[in-house]
Amino acid sequence: MEWVVVLKRDCETCQLVTPVLGKLAQNAPMKIYSQDDPAFPEALGGALDDTGLATSWSLGVETVPTLIRYENGQEVARTFGWDRAEWISVSGDPTLGEGLPGFRPGCGSKTMDPGMPERLALKFGDIKISARSIEVDENDDPMEVAYDRGWSDGLPITPPTDLRVARMLAGTTRKADEIIGIVPPNLVECTVEKVAINAVMAGCRPDYFPVVLAALEAALIPEFSMHGLLATLWFSGPVVIVNGPVTKRIGMNWAGNALGQGNRANATIGRALQLIIRNVGGGKPQGIDRSVMGNPGKYTFCFAEDETDPDWVPLNVARGHAPGTSSVTLFHGDGVQGVADQAAQGPEDLSRSLAMGLAAVCHPKLAAWGNAILVLSPDHYAIYRQAGWGRPEIEAALIEALRRPGKDIIKGAGGVSMGIDPSRAEEMVDKFHPGGLLVVRAGGPGGLFSAVIGGWTAQRRAKEVQIVSKEIGT
Amino acid sequence: MTSASYTMRDPTAETSPVVRHRMKAPPLGPETTIGLLSISKERSVEFLDTIDRLLSERGCKVLRFEKPTHTKPAPDSVIQDIIEQCDVVVEGLAD
Repeated sequence: MEWVVVLKRDCETCQLVTPVLGKLAQNAPMKIYSQDDPAFPEALGGALDDTGLATSWSLGVETVPTLIRYENGQEVARTFGWDRAEWISVSGDPTLGEGLPGFRPGCGSKTMDPGMPERLALKFGDIKISARSIEVDENDDPMEVAYDRGWSDGLPITPPTDLRVARMLAGTTRKADEIIGIVPPNLVECTVEKVAINAVMAGCRPDYFPVVLAALEAALIPEFSMHGLLATLWFSGPVVIVNGPVTKRIGMNWAGNALGQGNRANATIGRALQLIIRNVGGGKPQGIDRSVMGNPGKYTFCFAEDETDPDWVPLNVARGHAPGTSSVTLFHGDGVQGVADQAAQGPEDLSRSLAMGLAAVCHPKLAAWGNAILVLSPDHYAIYRQAGWGRPEIEAALIEALRRPGKDIIKGAGGVSMGIDPSRAEEMVDKFHPGGLLVVRAGGPGGLFSAVIGGWTAQRRAKEVQIVSKEIGT
Repeated sequence: MTSASYTMRDPTAETSPVVRHRMKAPPLGPETTIGLLSISKERSVEFLDTIDRLLSERGCKVLRFEKPTHTKPAPDSVIQDIIEQCDVVVEGLAD
């Protein structure tokens, strides 16, 4: 029989069990490893030095003290902390620890300090990163090297070191070498690890990582047409709307300035998606990205929906996901157009008014071209809520208000050549395809205005270009 | 690369070499405008005149620029002129 003990001086329970260890060591050889001070425990002549944590890591120690009993070189029993009954059971000595309290919890092993598991996994080879290494000369700035190599969207990136990548990978249960999909435009297989590297560069925390993975998976659904969205002359880029419990868990913003700057999760999840398209897919502005102007949302455009009103049907639930599910919905969106209405006398009035703003998407005289998101502010939503309206009533009223006489929007009407085909002059014409108008709640209080996010002109090909939703995994 | 002290992982598809290629030399012909910047040091003119003649013989358009003094960086106005008018700049003559 042989004993192995792992402990540290900075642990009262470890100090408490020192006399017990002395008694056990009288009957069988004992190796004591100290994580912080090899001089401890002095009464037993000190310990083997495990300040590098190699032994603690290889033994899988999570709590100190940990006592392990070996027979013929094989581990046969283990306990941790101080539970007298447990220690008696492991040692077979019924008199062990007489006079000591029955129970004292142990302390956290130093292998479990924040960030330490990934550091040790890298150090001892339990995590292997496959992507090739880019060495930075000691006289160079890693951020400048990233710029020089074309990895940046124009803003500084967080250098993707091994440790940062390992920590990002710890944010998912998925394996690093799993292939997420084929990324356009160069149709490159993208692994979880490559996503992690770009998520690090974007500034994501590891707990955002499942959202980034889901956003990428959604973008790679063929019906989303990510290649076309990248290559288009139009303004659009991927807009990511996040629903469900994950939004609270990772601290996303759906309140004041939800579409703007200032929230790390909103900012970096959307950015990570764009960096993957750039770096893995090879899609760069003035390259395959042919956008005439682009829009600021192509740096990042990601926000959460306000789900604080239990009566409101969240966007992902409206799109078929179970209540309580965390999901991403991806839309091909442009910039933000505000619609002010500070005079509406009721929900019908407000719907007609907001529809006027929505009618301008792509062009006021076009129909079933680009789709739209209406981001409904809390103050506008209050008018609907007061009238007992929810999502179905609001959507129906907007669609009805956006149904216009064809004669008003045919080519040449109003002295404007742009417009729909004159053969439709006698029809009532819908502005958007069925399902092409997303109503999302977000924003802070204080303003009787909402936001229109116009869509991509290729959405007129409704079968080829679709809004997509994807459940967020782990 | 020497004395690497920092390592990053490649975020790309790794289709280009780690050690990047040098930029391709511009074609020597009428489509290329080459600026010759004298840093105003002794014997600069002889050197740059020779370069001017050799490039002109190859059909390049050559423009001449001069810093007021070799002891200070070029003023913004000189840099601006070079950037706006030239594809390539040759600077001389240093020690």
